[in-house]
Order: sequence, then structure tokens, then C-alpha cells
Amino acid sequence: MQYLPNIIFALILIAGVGFFVKNIRKLIRNINLGKDVDRSDNKAARWKNMAKIALGQYKMVRRPVSGILHVAVYLGFIIINIEVLEIIIDGLFGTHRVFQPILGAAFYGFLIGTFEVLAAIVFIAVVVFWIRRNVIRIKRFWNKEMTGWPKNDGNIILYFEMVLMSLFIVMNASDIAFQEAGIGNPISQFVYPLLSGFSPETLHLIEQSAWWIHIVGILAFLNYLYYSKHLHILLAFPNTFYAKLKPKGELDNLEAVTKEVQLMMDPNADPYAAPAEGTESDVPEKFGASDVTDLNWVQLMNAYTCTECGRCTSACPANLTGKELSPRAIMMKTRDRMEEVGANIDANGGTFKDDGKQLLNDYISPEELWACTSCNACVEECPVNIDPLSIIIDMRRYLVMEESAAPQELNMMMTNIENNGAPWQYNQMDRLNWKDEE
Amino acid sequence: MIVPTMADMMAQGKQPEVLFWVGAAGSFDDRAKKITRAFVKILHQAKVDFAVLGTEESSTGDAAKRAGNEFLFQMQAVTNIEVLNAYEVKTIVTCDPHSFNTLKNEYPSLGGKYEVFHHTQFIKKLIADGRLDINNSVLKDKKVTFHDPCYLGRANDEYESPRVLIKRLGVNLTEMKRNKSTALCCGAGGAQMFKEPEKGNKDINVLRTEDALATKPEIIATGCPYCNTMMTDGIKFKEKENEVVVKDIAELIAEANNL
Repeated sequence: MQYLPNIIFALILIAGVGFFVKNIRKLIRNINLGKDVDRSDNKAARWKNMAKIALGQYKMVRRPVSGILHVAVYLGFIIINIEVLEIIIDGLFGTHRVFQPILGAAFYGFLIGTFEVLAAIVFIAVVVFWIRRNVIRIKRFWNKEMTGWPKNDGNIILYFEMVLMSLFIVMNASDIAFQEAGIGNPISQFVYPLLSGFSPETLHLIEQSAWWIHIVGILAFLNYLYYSKHLHILLAFPNTFYAKLKPKGELDNLEAVTKEVQLMMDPNADPYAAPAEGTESDVPEKFGASDVTDLNWVQLMNAYTCTECGRCTSACPANLTGKELSPRAIMMKTRDRMEEVGANIDANGGTFKDDGKQLLNDYISPEELWACTSCNACVEECPVNIDPLSIIIDMRRYLVMEESAAPQELNMMMTNIENNGAPWQYNQMDRLNWKDEE
Repeated sequence: MIVPTMADMMAQGKQPEVLFWVGAAGSFDDRAKKITRAFVKILHQAKVDFAVLGTEESSTGDAAKRAGNEFLFQMQAVTNIEVLNAYEVKTIVTCDPHSFNTLKNEYPSLGGKYEVFHHTQFIKKLIADGRLDINNSVLKDKKVTFHDPCYLGRANDEYESPRVLIKRLGVNLTEMKRNKSTALCCGAGGAQMFKEPEKGNKDINVLRTEDALATKPEIIATGCPYCNTMMTDGIKFKEKENEVVVKDIAELIAEANNL
């Protein structure tokens, strides 16, 4: 019987980690629904981007207030996790503060003391985050896409972190031996007197409860990630690694189109020639993207990485002038549709069963797509290098090349380019007239 | 105005130092044509051996590509590349950041590899090489603000060249609150120039003009024909055309050097 808590702990740990792994596999499966794109080049630059942008928080601090608060929570959360290692060992082997004798009282005290200070800083930062969201009501947290789950998700994460940090302090404060040793308790020593009315047995119960709720809470939070925008704490790293390295202005030249154009321009090509027997046709089933499976895996990973901070939308000229487009909503809708497609595949034994829906129209409207000026402000702003513009362009490609559904004025512009070599209706033979005018 | 074409050059068996890619706006738009002529005057002053394609130039396809018509874009690109390669063009300069971006970034994988300059980069180089100087007394102490074109700035990380030139004019440069990488678009990019904006509560060019007017400028400097049009329209909307002018950097240099 004395091993019962250890067995229960081990079971909870296995269940918690197991469920997390299961969801991560689903995540990878869903991202792989996207088309292939080669991002294996220039590893050095990619590692550098990841180190600078994800690890170094380089783009976060461009907005100093939220940036510095974010760095505090980020560092605190990572460093405090060393304590989680001790908790896991204690839980599995029935020890108590197993690192204390190993590291020596002084160093252990220093370490735990640091964690306490970090926990307090994280707590304060999270409270400020909460105030910014709910009291100051910073505009980007109140855009129209930020209702329902996205809004609640943001707050739930903050509550989670407040509770986890509090439990850590309470756990230390109710550990009589730890408090009496008087090292490593810079914060919890002020909580300890508040508990002085309790008997040692009750204190021990409080300590044990805080310990259990803390570790179960951490495992619950781990599993909450998949369902939440908080997934960015994991995906920020691959997302910055695989982000586009080329100049922001460079859009890819669709290879399938290049082949078609070469065929059209080649005077020797036989337009009626059937593809050789046994070779796969190079012509893709469609040009551009109308659903998530037409996007590439980097674009889909972008959607899972998005933490809905809204920095993109708050810099988007179309959004700033009241238009429908919000780059954040583009990412959120892509993720929603991807989740829907994934659930459909799970429900139908591993294959997608047509649900009569797609990303275009059912999630993202042409009005949003046509409002984009392709100015790259959203791409520039994103703290983790998400590229909403590439999705917008791919969907425009579908609208134009598959549906011929461009706004009428753009059709005229394109006809002019085709016929006159300029977006306006001028004769190409007049191209040099400017030299004789003044 | 003496403007040699590549065909003229070829007939004389010559290869110019640089091809000036005029672009559709620079060729046909009345306002942009002034920028084109100002830049040619600068090229003449610096004795740059240049040529244009003239009637052999066609749209780069930028607007078509950003509107989603990849077919039309690539048709344009392949045709233009054939012409450019036939003339063995190595170096291109253009006053249009959209042409600049497309020629520099999107043509290479289709077979068109050139060294491409935005005119502000090229003029900066002419100064560095001692071939051109800017008179800093004509526009001295004028209050100027510069609007970064998205396709020069964010798209290609070029923020310094235009500013280096503006400072050499001897003017008083004031930055807008949104500048360089955080600059607001003029509203014309991504083929928006050719259509009515979607429903909203304001036009983008008006918002951007408000950014500019907040610096209380006498001159709004631009480096893109589309930005120029959008900002000029914004100034008219705000009824400030008697107080503020919108000028391309090439025009300001031509004015300063009395060309």
C-alpha cells in the first residue's frame, strides 16, 4: 500500500504524456495534409532565425511593454520547469526534495529561491496581461474574430498560469522543514505566517495537495496546448526554422504554370499530344488553393503556430481602414478548417469524406482576399514569422485561374496587360511618347 | 529629350551600361511620366550610358501576379526575359519598386538573371562613384517626410538609399510615426491600384496621408509612382494641395540640380 501514491503518480504521468503524444501525432498528420515545399536549404540561416526569433524573442520586444512581459513569462516558465524534474522524481520514487541533498542546501536554496522569484514575476506579468486584455481592453484583443473560444482561450491560459505559480509558492510555504531551514524562500516566507494557524498535519496536507494539484495541473496544461493558441510555445521553434528566407516581396513562381507556359510558348510543341503512356500528368488538379489541402505544410504549420496576438491585424492597412480582412482571422480560419478536415479523417477511418465545405467561402470570403494590398505589414509584424500573405495569394490564384472570379476591374486590368502590355488601355506603340512631352 | 533605345544601341553595335526599365506607370501615367523624365535628366547629368526598351517593353506582370493570375504573369515574364536576354542586358534600373521587386526576385527562376537597382540605389551609387553630386542649397531646410514604398522597404529591406539622398538635399527630414519596416501601405499594392477598395470606413491613402500630414511637411517624398498617385490623391482629399506637394526623390534631385 505504501507504493500506492507512486503508482498513481506514474499512471497519471503516463496518461498525461501519452495523451499529449497522441495529439502531437495528430498535429503532425494534419500539417502533412499540406502540399510539399522544400525548406531544407540554407540550414545555417534557419538555425540562426530560430535562435534569434523563437529562442531570443527578437521580434517580441519590438513592442516593448508586451515584449518584456512576454520575455519574463517565457524565461520564468522555462526555468521553473527544472523544478518539475524534481517533482517527477519525487513523485515516482516517493522522495521529498530529492535535489536538496544532491545539490547541497546552499545551492538548492539558491535555486528554489530563484524559482520563487521567477514565479512571482510570472504571476505579476500574467496579471498585467489579464488587465491589458480585460480591463484596458487593448483593441487587438477585441476585434470581431476574438469572441467565444479565442477570447476565453486567452484568459484560461492566464488563469492556468496564475494558479500554477500560486501552487508552487503555497507548496513551499506549507513545507515546515523547508521554511525552518530559511533558505530558498524569498517569496514563500511571507505566505508561511498566513498559514501559521494550521496544525502541522493540516499544513502537511496543504503541502501535499498543492504538490499534487501543481503536477496534475502542469500535465493538464500540457494537454490543453493542442486545443489552444498556446501551442505556439512549441511550434514557434519549427515555425521560425522553416520560415521563408527569401525577400518578403518575392512570391513563388508556380511550377505547374511554368510548365504550361513553356508548352504554350514552344513553337515545336504539339498542343494535342497526349502525355506519354505510363507517365504521370504534370498538370495539378487545380491551380491555387480553395481548401487547406491545397496549401503547403508550412502554411498549415503557420496556422497551428498562430497565437492570435493580433499584431498582424493591428498593422494591416486594410483592417485599419475598416475592411473585412484580418490576417489573424485568415490564420485562425485556416486552423479551424484544418481541424475540421482532421476530425473528418479520424471519423471516417483514415480517409477524408467530402463534407461539401472548403476553406474558401465557408471560412474565408473573397471580399477578405481582395482587400489585401500585399504590403507585407502582417508578415513583418508576426513575432514568429507567420506568412498570412502567402495564403491570401494562393487563394486569389484559385479565384482567378480556376473560377475566373476576379473583381470586374481586375479582369479589365488583366485584359489590358494581355492585349496592350500595360494595365491601362494604352497602345504599346505609345510607350516612348513621354520622351517628347514636357 | 534624348533617350536611346536598346534597338538603336544594337544597330550601332553598342551595349549600354544600364537598361532603364520605365514601367507601365512611368510610360503612360501623366504624373509618373514627370518622374521618368526627371530621372532621365539625372542620368544625362551623370553621363550614364543608358537605354530603354521603348516599344519593346511590356508590363512586368507584377499586378497580374498579385491579383492571382500566375499564367498571365509568367507569359509576361517569359516574353520580357526573351527580349532582355536577346539584348544581353546585365544591369537594370527602374523608378518603380514593383518592377524592381519582380525583375530582381521573380524573374531569375524563369531564366532572367540581372543586377537590378531601384533608382534611389542607383543614384546613391552614382554619388559614391563621384559621377553625380546633389546641390544642397536649392531645397535647403524644406520640411520633408518620406513615405516608404512597401515593395522597396519591407519587400526588399531597402530603407537607407532614399534617406541618404533626401539628407543630401539639405532638407529637414522628419519621419512619420509609422516608418521604415512599420510604414503603412499607400493602398495601391497587390493590384489595388486598378480597382475600387473593399467596403470600409476610410481609404488607405487617406490614412497614410494623415500620417504624413502629422509631421507638418512642405514636401512628401516618394520613391514609387503608385505611392505618388495615392499620396497626391490623399492631399487633394484633405484639401492641402496649396501647402504640401508630393514629389519623387528623382524629381527633387532634378529640381535641386536645376535640371
